[in-house]
Amino acid sequence: MVRSVINILDLSVEEIQDLIQTACDIIDHPRDYDQLCRGKKLATLFYEPSTRTRLSFEAAMYELGGNVLGFSSGQNSSASKGESVADTARTVSCYADIIAMRHPKEGAPYVASLHSTVPVINAGDGGHNHPTQTLADLLTIYREKGSFNNLTVGFCGDLKFGRTVHSLIAALSRQAGLRVVLISPVELKLPSYVKKDILKAQNIPYEQTTDLQAALPELDILYMTRVQRERFFNEEDYLRLKDSYILTPGKLKNARPDLCIMHPLPRVNEISVAIDSDPRACYFKQVLNGKYMRMALILKLLREAGTL
Amino acid sequence: MNIDAIFNGIVIDHITAGRGMRLYDLLGLDKLDCSVAIIKNVVSSKMGRKDIIKIDADIPINFDAIGYVDPDATINIIRNGVLVEKKTVGLPETLTNVIYCKNPRCITSVEQELDHVFKLTDRKNKIYRCIYCETKATA
Repeated sequence: MVRSVINILDLSVEEIQDLIQTACDIIDHPRDYDQLCRGKKLATLFYEPSTRTRLSFEAAMYELGGNVLGFSSGQNSSASKGESVADTARTVSCYADIIAMRHPKEGAPYVASLHSTVPVINAGDGGHNHPTQTLADLLTIYREKGSFNNLTVGFCGDLKFGRTVHSLIAALSRQAGLRVVLISPVELKLPSYVKKDILKAQNIPYEQTTDLQAALPELDILYMTRVQRERFFNEEDYLRLKDSYILTPGKLKNARPDLCIMHPLPRVNEISVAIDSDPRACYFKQVLNGKYMRMALILKLLREAGTL
Repeated sequence: MNIDAIFNGIVIDHITAGRGMRLYDLLGLDKLDCSVAIIKNVVSSKMGRKDIIKIDADIPINFDAIGYVDPDATINIIRNGVLVEKKTVGLPETLTNVIYCKNPRCITSVEQELDHVFKLTDRKNKIYRCIYCETKATA
């Protein structure tokens, strides 16, 4: 079976470090990479809407000199005729060299990886995993802070359904000196299994609070998240919780001058646009870093599959 | 209380008292045509109380289901009135179509032909998780 990346923990610390080095080299020497995937095809199988991730994968493959095919909604694919993920994966393996899949159901990309003959990259499966977002986050932290060690990272907003939060906590938990501050409404607290299996299991100090402003002064990184309407079965709950945290310039008064404000995007209103011009705002850098990390990951998986 | 000895079949013994019905359900014994006896709260010198299931037919049985419900249960295979095999199965590493993922967001909720597979992720606490969505199995 070819190597796929479904969960950020499918990649070792060393492999992530190598991907970061490759991404940094791509940033410094883009021309060295712009023909490496010539003649290769990436299939983007997106069963639910996505702007950033799909375009990021496509831009990544184009910048490597490759081509892209795929669909951007389950409605436009054979899934609407009832085709299984397994059959779609088998079929697309005949056309493409690598697959990036987003699916609203958790575990769908894993099912695809069991049946595909080419590498599958999980581009987000429901509220579950989103490893390439985590790679983007890690590159951003690395470039802003210079290392992953001895950081106090605050996660704010929807920590229950926020897959990016779970994945980033899992990835950072393998670094020394991590301290975590979990800022959320009571209803959207980090699931207990994440706390037990990751934070407690690795003796990572953490605290939970509902008070963003009180937590801000101690943070090296503030990772804001959107309360996602699509994760709620009950519209009333969404409406009640969606405006729990709104970051404004006034709230940043007591924050560190070298704070790094991150957000997986898209944002709704949880970060005021007035913060966009603050040098501490890093969320658009994350977008760009995501493309470079996806380029690095595509290269790695194609090389491991013997396609390059 | 007398239950006849069986000539060809299976006796699942040393089931922790109270778990017999759960095992009966998971093994789908209600669908069998043969005689099946479930005996609850039998006095046991080792266990105090135990449950026993007797199946009066030599049918294929899902050992993983037995190990999941009670890793210490004893399985006795009887053929022609003779005990030919006696074993315990322990806690299985993987369960396939023994228990079902209840997460409505899991891919198994929409793709009916997918096997429901759970892996043992914490042996000490006997925790199984769905291999697709990682949701913890609930009884």
